[in-house]
Amino acid sequence: MSQPAAVTIVVGWTPDEFGEVALHRGVEEARLRGGRVVVVNATRGDALVDDRYADEDQLTALAAELGAAGLEVDVRRSMGADVGDQVLAVADDVSADLVVIGLRRRSPVGKLLMGSVAQRILLGADCAVLAVKPAG
Amino acid sequence: MDNLSLLMDGFGSVLTPQNLLFACIGVLLGTFVGVLPGIGPAMAVALLLPVTYGLDPIGAFIMFAGIYYGGMYGGSTTSILLNTPGESASVMTALEGNLMARAGRASQALATAAIGSFIAGTIGTLLVVFFAPALASVAVEIGAPSYFALMVLAMIMVTSVLGGSPLRGFIALFIGLTIGLVGLDLNTGQPRLSFDQPLLADRIDVVVVAVGIFALGEALWVAAHLRRSPLHVIPVGRPWMGREDLRRSWGPWLRGTAYGFPFGALPAGGAEIPTFLSYLTEKRIAKRKGVDEFGKGAIEGVAGPEAANNASAAGTFVPLLALGLPVTATSAVMLAALQGYGIEPGPGLMTDQPELVWALLASLLIGNALLLVLNLPLAPVWAKLLRIPRPQLYAGILFFAALGAYAANLQAFDLFLLVLLGLLGLAMRRFGLPVLPLILGVILGPLMEYRLREAMAISGGEVSGLWSEPLAVVIYVVVAIAVVVPLAVRRIRPTPAAVADGLDSPADEEEKVR
Repeated sequence: MSQPAAVTIVVGWTPDEFGEVALHRGVEEARLRGGRVVVVNATRGDALVDDRYADEDQLTALAAELGAAGLEVDVRRSMGADVGDQVLAVADDVSADLVVIGLRRRSPVGKLLMGSVAQRILLGADCAVLAVKPAG
Repeated sequence: MDNLSLLMDGFGSVLTPQNLLFACIGVLLGTFVGVLPGIGPAMAVALLLPVTYGLDPIGAFIMFAGIYYGGMYGGSTTSILLNTPGESASVMTALEGNLMARAGRASQALATAAIGSFIAGTIGTLLVVFFAPALASVAVEIGAPSYFALMVLAMIMVTSVLGGSPLRGFIALFIGLTIGLVGLDLNTGQPRLSFDQPLLADRIDVVVVAVGIFALGEALWVAAHLRRSPLHVIPVGRPWMGREDLRRSWGPWLRGTAYGFPFGALPAGGAEIPTFLSYLTEKRIAKRKGVDEFGKGAIEGVAGPEAANNASAAGTFVPLLALGLPVTATSAVMLAALQGYGIEPGPGLMTDQPELVWALLASLLIGNALLLVLNLPLAPVWAKLLRIPRPQLYAGILFFAALGAYAANLQAFDLFLLVLLGLLGLAMRRFGLPVLPLILGVILGPLMEYRLREAMAISGGEVSGLWSEPLAVVIYVVVAIAVVVPLAVRRIRPTPAAVADGLDSPADEEEKVR
């Protein structure tokens, strides 16, 4: 993997408001620092339905949005045991300088039952991680 | 109108708070397992078998009836919202239903499916009320040779007519018959296929076979394909339909019922053929009327097959109650449940256990009404079930599977058998062998052997005794036709299974369990 001159920003993206706000911030950073954006959309793939895994229409919309921002479209989709690990793997692969993720609100019960993708990325990333929240 | 007053008595015994509770549990559980592809009502009934041995038979059968009909409803929800038919009978519903849902008419599709199922199920059950006792009173006269012939007919029909490949069907059937042979020969006391194992000489419990093949086999299969690209469920509110939809639906509902019931009532069984026929008919009628919306989400294409599906499910109670012949996996497991209570299935059932039979029929009608009341408002909740991660879901199923297999006889050896049969179930899914012929072989095999022995005893060991009755000869002719005609028809036009395969539906990988 040759080291690119420009900065590389990895965005953990889901087709909802959290992914949206992370994407916006990632695109903003890329413009500011003159870098490229790599979008990651991952799933555990162990349930029949996962709304956080984009379908064709949502991917087309994403590509259109990135194109409108004047960025090349680089979307990585993957399936594996842990969504956080998949984002980290892509960050490693493209030697990311920054990872942008959207933070979700979790209820006390949610904290008890589910692992946090964000926590895993924050603790496991070798580069800076920017966590953003949707307004409101 | 003797039947009607007996049915009223049946209502009397069902309409107790306790039995209504069982009906509610059955209906909810049935919808639950119906919504999730790969888990069918047959598996649910098998898992519940050991639990229900503590109940009285009526309560247990009220619950099973709820599971059976609930499974039908649940299957239609998944096929409409996700285009993954949970069972082979809803493949045709998925065609137009999913198109409707994509066009933003999911609520109407679900409503026509639910109301159509209710109407078809109710008409079908009422037809059972009239046909089953009549058939049973004729069937009591049937001799052992004809009975044996009937069982051969049921097995041949299920094995070769339904499903894509007769060869695979027969492999599964013979595996099932072999499992059914294990244990002491009831006539001579000789151990068969027991490998000098005293525990095997005791015969393999049907619960262990059913749970192993359905639950463990499916769990292992899912574990081998744990991660699959997730789908998007189409969001849906409360199902409802307007006057125009109703006007377009009632014809298909009635025609679908007319197709479904006879196919279910004949020992040919299966809902694939009537749903397919109903779909074709509605398409042709729509074309003639010049309002052909097929391919764009026609409500007729959901209403007809869904009614046919439920009418055929109701129809299968005719051979089950009147002859003791199951033609679907679920009714086969229900037959095993009857045997578990020491009740002998067959033509005598109607007269020996009138209370049970009529309570069962009454509970079918009540379950049907409950389904309509519960499912119309609950559809969005059922759609949420599809988000359950597979590891959690199957961990629960495995727990109940192991518990059930052990509780059947309190033998640790049964758990060993369970694992073996689970591996067999996995292999069958891997090689595309249908599960229904196997389970039918296991459950019907010993009954068939009993009739064969009886027929041979009557004729003094002469093989010709098997076709000594005119009825038996007629049935063997039907068997011959049933084997030859599909081979001929398959050359002329595609089978329902082939049409369904053309849809590249993900259900192809799912085992066709009902």
